[in-house]
Amino acid sequence: MATGTVDTTTVVRKALEGKRLNVGGLVFEWGMLLLLLSSLLVLVVLLGDIVSGAIPTFRARGFDFVTSGLSLNPETAGVSTAIVGSIAITAVVAVVAFPIGIGAAIYLEEYAPDNRWTRFVDTNIRNLAGVPSIVYGLLGLAIFVRLVDVVGLGGQTGGKNIFSAGLTLAVLVLPIIIITSAEAIRAVPNSIREAGVGVGATPWEVVRHHVLPSAAPGILTGTVLTLARAFGETAPLIVIGVATGFFGAAADATVLERATGPYTALPVVVFSWSRQSVGAFGDTLAPAAIVVLLFVLFVANAGAIILRNRYEKTW
Amino acid sequence: MDVIDSADPAARAATPGESAATAPDEAETFVLRVEGLNAFYGDFQAVAEVDLDIRGNEITALIGPSGCGKSTVLRCFNRMNDLIEVARVEGSVRYHGVDLYGPNVDAVEVRRRIGMVFQKPNPFPKSIYDNIAFGPKIAGYQGNMDDLVEESLIKAALWTEVNDKLRESAFALSGGQQQRLCIARAIATSPDVLLMDEPCSALDPIATLRIEELMTELKRDYTIIIVTHNMQQAARVSDRTAFFTVDAEREQRTGVLVEFGETATMFTRPTQQKTEDYITGRFG
Repeated sequence: MATGTVDTTTVVRKALEGKRLNVGGLVFEWGMLLLLLSSLLVLVVLLGDIVSGAIPTFRARGFDFVTSGLSLNPETAGVSTAIVGSIAITAVVAVVAFPIGIGAAIYLEEYAPDNRWTRFVDTNIRNLAGVPSIVYGLLGLAIFVRLVDVVGLGGQTGGKNIFSAGLTLAVLVLPIIIITSAEAIRAVPNSIREAGVGVGATPWEVVRHHVLPSAAPGILTGTVLTLARAFGETAPLIVIGVATGFFGAAADATVLERATGPYTALPVVVFSWSRQSVGAFGDTLAPAAIVVLLFVLFVANAGAIILRNRYEKTW
Repeated sequence: MDVIDSADPAARAATPGESAATAPDEAETFVLRVEGLNAFYGDFQAVAEVDLDIRGNEITALIGPSGCGKSTVLRCFNRMNDLIEVARVEGSVRYHGVDLYGPNVDAVEVRRRIGMVFQKPNPFPKSIYDNIAFGPKIAGYQGNMDDLVEESLIKAALWTEVNDKLRESAFALSGGQQQRLCIARAIATSPDVLLMDEPCSALDPIATLRIEELMTELKRDYTIIIVTHNMQQAARVSDRTAFFTVDAEREQRTGVLVEFGETATMFTRPTQQKTEDYITGRFG
């Protein structure tokens, strides 16, 4: 039956190797690639436009642009005031939103009974994440500016300072922190919880020693990215009284006076410069400020990735 | 927490038993007595009217087809079903005479005395050492932790394989080693009873054999209850066997206990037709 074997092989080879041109599949594949490239193209054009606008500033001023404060003169104006303001606001956001957000996520995932009320809360947190940021600005103006003033941190601005800004942005990013943290906690396999409970751990001990360490990389990444979001927010700050023009603190002002005084933030400076009547502000300074803003966000995101990778290895 | 320090599980167990009305000799013979146990998940009744007496220093096997509720019964012994929100238990499960579902019983204390090994090896994502040290640490163990870790690993027949890599991740171990690590982890809190929920179902035959040998070793110190799909395994390791099946006469797929007795008798002269059908492979 030797010939029979050869015949079978030939037949099978013909059947298996007979290539059909999958036109539909190819068109689909290339179509998808085209869509991907077009979205990338928009990004590249945008970045190219900004960077080319920013180059004259950096060429003329160098690092001086980053270390100089606000000024009415485009020759000497820089973003240092804005960077300090943005970092201070983000720090307030972190201090307020992290514990509340992660705590809320732990409660929702580990303790809350699965009933109608919990699902109602859960759904509304998701809805809150989609509320336009300007709405939070109105909330901040109505509540946090007054609150900050009432507790004595109002300073000369009457509450329109980094504390009310930080609180407002904290509320803005809180739903996102809760959602990302809850997802990270949910991703921890149930077998880990069973193992912990099985050796006589209390629910809190299971959360503290097993669930949180396992969820930490996810929580960390989510929250750092959320901070980056807060760092780039503009609209709510404008509503709650961020300074969009030049201001100066007295040379002998104390730390508290500076902290409770007028402030500005990087995205707000971009906004205000881009609508200045003096041409240089909009043409070269605003793009340069955007480059600084993007650089900070890029560093933050890279930091999030590094932190996550490092944490995952310590198992 | 004062009873934790005692090294002898029997002495510890006797302390809560004093308050019970049960006769002391009975509480000593039977480590666990189940009476009229009904377990529910929401509206679904998983197990109905189970009566079961577990003797000390024996291996009791719970066997039966899938969905007959044997794992549910096992999880009633250390209140693991508490983790499932809709789960509900009726009837009594008495441990040395104390009802585990009594109003003042702390489930955490129950689980320190009644340890558990799960179907799939589930070591913590930590080092081998920390896997074992965690239970004693949270229980407030005062002695030398290094010694306890070593002792637990020796008892679980894992020491010689891991003694030079205690600080390495538990995930670096093979499946069978991970399961023995989980046994060592359960032993480390010096429990009285070990519950094993199909501990070999994710393991190869050689790893299975090692676990079975280990169980035979361990029953000198512990009372072991094992759920298994594998009838040969039940026949090989257990002293007594409880056969569960799904009650066809009920509306829901509720599990019931068909027969309970010495393993040798059950496998040679079962009293129930259903048991004989199952062990001879005619159904299930």
